[in-house]
Amino acid sequence: MADPMKIRANLAGDTTEVKVLMSHEMETGQRKDAQGKVIPAWFIQNVTATWNGKTVLSAEWGPAIAKNPFLSFRFKGGARGDKVQVNWVDNRGDKRSDEATIA
Amino acid sequence: MRQRIRAAVAVAGFACAVPLALAQGSATEEIEKYRQALQDGNPADLWEMRGEGLWRTPAGPKKATLEQCDLGKGPGVVKGAYAELPRYFADAGRVMDLETRLVWCRVTLQGLSEADAKKNPYGSSNRKSDNEALVAYVTSQSRGIPMNVRLDNPQMKEAFALGEKIFYFRGGPHDFACATCHGEDGKRIRLQDLPNLTAKAGAQKGYSTWPAYRVSQGELRTFQWRLNDCFRQQRFPELEFASPASIALTTFLAYNANGAPFDAPAIKR
Amino acid sequence: MDAGRRDVLKAGGGTALLTLLAAAGWLKPGEAQAAWNAAAFETHSLDATVKALGGGSAAASKDIAFVSTPDIAENGAVVPIGISSSIPKTESIAILVEKNPNMLAAVFDIPPGTEPAVTTRIKMGQSSNVYALVKADGKFHVASKEIKVTLGGCGG
Repeated sequence: MADPMKIRANLAGDTTEVKVLMSHEMETGQRKDAQGKVIPAWFIQNVTATWNGKTVLSAEWGPAIAKNPFLSFRFKGGARGDKVQVNWVDNRGDKRSDEATIA
Repeated sequence: MRQRIRAAVAVAGFACAVPLALAQGSATEEIEKYRQALQDGNPADLWEMRGEGLWRTPAGPKKATLEQCDLGKGPGVVKGAYAELPRYFADAGRVMDLETRLVWCRVTLQGLSEADAKKNPYGSSNRKSDNEALVAYVTSQSRGIPMNVRLDNPQMKEAFALGEKIFYFRGGPHDFACATCHGEDGKRIRLQDLPNLTAKAGAQKGYSTWPAYRVSQGELRTFQWRLNDCFRQQRFPELEFASPASIALTTFLAYNANGAPFDAPAIKR
Repeated sequence: MDAGRRDVLKAGGGTALLTLLAAAGWLKPGEAQAAWNAAAFETHSLDATVKALGGGSAAASKDIAFVSTPDIAENGAVVPIGISSSIPKTESIAILVEKNPNMLAAVFDIPPGTEPAVTTRIKMGQSSNVYALVKADGKFHVASKEIKVTLGGCGG
């Protein structure tokens, strides 16, 4: 079970700014361990963010996204108290879904 | 002697093949921009969150939380506690830094054995450290609060004096002391400026910006880890976790940082 | 992702079928998002990446900006990248690193109402050109920036 994300969603004017930190190794599949064995790739492939059930961002990632990924974006709309939900799925099928309240 | 040490530092720099020219002029500004860009969205937040969870979740043979842990400001008071550590704890009869106190609380409140509570102080990706997470949480609750370590009893004075002695103690195959790298202004290893821990500004900056998320390791590292790794780099015997020597050195450095608003968990290269 | 679903995606040729499946209630919206363009993440040139993303070629554009993106990264393991597009009808923003083993780092789909700007952090194996590839109104546009990487990763 993956660790929770840290999501911040703040309203400024008519725009909601979302900042997300995810806990993930983002292993490239290019590295070798001490025994010379390739460490298998393990990385988040899909990220979606929704606000009131509407998709406000979706992304496909490769292993070149940095470990413990950070993502920031803005969308029009949103009101204080609304929920922003972020989901990710990795190449092993592990997934995580967390939400934050717009402040 | 001094020349030999300079030569050793220089050789270490070249061996790492970092173009020294980059450390000058506009490159320095660009590196500063890079560091700035990382400030917002520090993955250390993930450790803080996990640490707060560990603090509040019943664990150990006694199935107790750490919420009654006394970090020096009374049971359960986390806010501002780190800015006053290390300190003398009457219940333990000795000076403790944060990590040592966390071990104490996990033993007395949660019923862990001391060995278990000291296990895995520095984690890796597939072996996460509860210590690092708890330290991230507790230190985050002192952000912005000025460091205020008091040498208000004989044991604290003794720890400070011992820490000072360790700081200047030269030894090991390189005849190094902490002061060799951290005793003068303007020293650098590769692109890393080394704080002069014997001057007020350097002591404040050096101490108040740990723990930190280390970009190069993808891990959060504590101040004890920093000391431990400095000892490794000096080729000293390992600085044992939560040992009197480690607490003494921390006391010396924390006291010298007094007055600095605490500014961590930070993010570093 | 399970292999069965990937086969369905291939056979169906993508979005249209997904929409049908979603409409029919066979896929929940969250699951329908799980498409991952494996071919695009195995490309080694800008042209090949554009093709894998369904385009022909990309035109250089001055309407794509790198924001809060330093010229030098102290550590290639974490390189902050911000990309902002002022091209009307921007649909997606992709980040490509010329000298990485595979060029494509990420593709962000920008639905209407979301600002065409994203910030994230990538890995770079060495100093390289980084491309910001924008799809707008069905056409591809590109801007690039050289980022120097000083690994400096041998200390503690």
